[in-house]
Amino acid sequence: MAEGLATTEHEPHAHPALQHHFENMEQQREAGTLGMWVFLVTEIMFFGGMFLAYTLYRYKYPDAFAVASNHLDWKLGGVNTLVLIVSSFTMAMAVFSTQIGKRRNTIIFLVLTLVLGLAFLGIKAVEWNTKYHDHLIPGQLIPGNPFNPAVAQHGDTDPHKFHLPEGVSVRHVEMFYWIYFIMTGMHALHMIIGAGILIVILIMAWRGKFSPEYHAPVEIFGLYWHFVDIIWIFLFPLLYLLGRHLEGH
Amino acid sequence: MEEFTIQPPRTNYLNAEYGIKSWLLTKDHKRIGILYMGAISFFFLIGSLYAMAIRLELLTPQGDLTQSSTYNKMFTQHGIIMVFFFLIPSIPATLGNFLVPMMIGAKDLAFPRINLLSWYIYMLGGIITIYALLAGGVDTGWTFYTPYSTTFSNSYVLATGLGIFINGFSSILTGLNFIVTIHTMRAPGMTWYRLPLFIWSHYATSLIMILGTPVIAITVLLLAFERLAKIGIFDPALGGDPVLFQHLFWFYSHPAVYIMVLPGMGVVSELIANFSRKNIFGYKFVAFSSLAIAVFGFLVWGHHLFVASQSVYAGMIFSFLSFAVAIPSAIKVFNWTATLYKASISYDTPMLYALGFIGLFTIGGMTGLFLAALATDVHLSDTYFVIAHFHYIMVGGTLLAYLGGLHYWWPKVSGRMYPEGWGRFSALVVFIGFNLTFSPQFVLGYMGMPRRYHTYPVEEVSWQVLHVLSTAGASILGIGLLIPLIYLAWSLRYGRLAEANPWQLPGLEWQTASPPPTENFIETPIVREEAYEFAPPETKEVVGKFEREKPFPFYG
Repeated sequence: MAEGLATTEHEPHAHPALQHHFENMEQQREAGTLGMWVFLVTEIMFFGGMFLAYTLYRYKYPDAFAVASNHLDWKLGGVNTLVLIVSSFTMAMAVFSTQIGKRRNTIIFLVLTLVLGLAFLGIKAVEWNTKYHDHLIPGQLIPGNPFNPAVAQHGDTDPHKFHLPEGVSVRHVEMFYWIYFIMTGMHALHMIIGAGILIVILIMAWRGKFSPEYHAPVEIFGLYWHFVDIIWIFLFPLLYLLGRHLEGH
Repeated sequence: MEEFTIQPPRTNYLNAEYGIKSWLLTKDHKRIGILYMGAISFFFLIGSLYAMAIRLELLTPQGDLTQSSTYNKMFTQHGIIMVFFFLIPSIPATLGNFLVPMMIGAKDLAFPRINLLSWYIYMLGGIITIYALLAGGVDTGWTFYTPYSTTFSNSYVLATGLGIFINGFSSILTGLNFIVTIHTMRAPGMTWYRLPLFIWSHYATSLIMILGTPVIAITVLLLAFERLAKIGIFDPALGGDPVLFQHLFWFYSHPAVYIMVLPGMGVVSELIANFSRKNIFGYKFVAFSSLAIAVFGFLVWGHHLFVASQSVYAGMIFSFLSFAVAIPSAIKVFNWTATLYKASISYDTPMLYALGFIGLFTIGGMTGLFLAALATDVHLSDTYFVIAHFHYIMVGGTLLAYLGGLHYWWPKVSGRMYPEGWGRFSALVVFIGFNLTFSPQFVLGYMGMPRRYHTYPVEEVSWQVLHVLSTAGASILGIGLLIPLIYLAWSLRYGRLAEANPWQLPGLEWQTASPPPTENFIETPIVREEAYEFAPPETKEVVGKFEREKPFPFYG
């Protein structure tokens, strides 16, 4: 969006970032901001389908979900929550610094945000790796087919992995894990895309593209970043914390 | 009114740049609209060929043209192509892209690059889907019901699903672009209540696009995960729930019907008001009924699950809500009719299509009530009655409005006039062909002919008679659709040059040259009148005053 050049249509003193089809910078900023908000609405609906599946199956198999949920490492999840909240703060500070025209601060806060975002992804990767080693990957095509009761009986998987209460099927534990992997996977994908855009914004800030008159990209990206944080704020308690009091069954 | 003269040759959006690259890299909403028009016509042609093959197969009771497995693939592909690659994008992506900025006095859509991207996404999705068809096709029905699609079907569900998943983003981006454009880029004086009804309907459509399409995206994605890895999302053997798929699928796919028909209603509102030379009766009611349809559209998906394990109480609520959709739809039909009352109507081709739309939409809507009612739906579910009903709404509605709009704005798009006599003739042929195709199917369905079958009992002679009528109608419809293709192509070279405002109408899109310059208007227009202002100049409103005295509409 930033490379658009003013045409002869605009006044000669128009801002170089003003695109040809907008009347003024205010209109352009408004359009961009609204566009991001509308996009975030579509994102809510996208995640909504997965939240619906989560709700449905949690309602159907509460015990299995509690057992599976207790196997997640809430400490790592909690640290990650903290990391993300701090990254939201640094992002907000980056937006603020751009608005008041402090290029140096903008760059520092953007770098901090990027580092925190990557830290989140790193911790996530550690968690996923643990699940892989614990044979908790759902799916019949996965080698070893860990959630198949027939295989589990043959002692292919760790029998002490779950203390399954009466009437809880390992299949329903698998149900939790596909939801966990798809939802956190989709969230991580959004983080990765976000980190990519963040690098572009960082380069733009480095080159001094932003000023108190023109800071829409930082601001609009900030909205996206906060949104991805908010999704995690919902995911963390739903996946890690609900049913925690049932530990020790 | 200004003087209208044929413009001398000058720079417009068509000749501003030359070469294939100038088209494939364009950011001009008008050119992108034309790119869409070409692609959509191609998909419509393929979908129509499948339709003809289906009709030919059903001419006789035996399956003597194809085997059942081939037939399953034929109707599936007919459905997928027509729904996802023609009906849903048709009006918004072509006419909407072309006209939304012009009608509100903007130079372009808010995000021209995203607009071009949406066309590429559409093409990518289309190519992947076409590949799936060529590679072997899909036999699940366009609804992809689980567990058949995830566990049992051996066909190209994944590739087709991928095509639809990708195509969905094009729909989302178009909707996003429209909403932002309508909110932020209206010309000075273009208040919300001065917007043409075409804009209102596209606004409502865009709301459905951005709220519904992500849900089908995640549904198709989950379907792909399930099919790839058998993780038990929809498979009851693994604890999953196949009905969850139906809920998620219809949460998008029922509102999708309104993505198809709402823009059509917007086109028809334009045509009815403009060719009656009268302000539309009850402007605000027509505008807000679009939004009401968009909202109600999201509350009725359960009527697709009346016979799919849904509780009878849920069924009752969904039945009630489905009836409720008739209210805003009827508001539109009544207001169009009231607009026609004592109007000076000109029966030009677009108007003929608009009148045809009202007829077909009314039949389609009334038969919808049969299906919305719990008890009758149990009898009519999955029969040809349903087929006839949704073809009347989706095809009768969308296709006729699309053709009407195409003729109406053809002078603006191409700068040439089409031959009026041929236009009227083809409109008549389309209307007759359409009714002959689909009205026998109501009877067929009522008599018990199930959908998705490629044979029927030989002893049911009346069924065959009705099928033969339907196939004959389809042939007539096909001819009726070929005629415009020929004369519109002819008019591009030989048609009379169009004036800026060939219909002598007040809309903003007619206040610039035909075809328009790249940035639509030489100067940003300032809007001083309500939409559809046909009143004599001395009664026109004072600038800046929003309400004004109007004579009682019936005598206006």
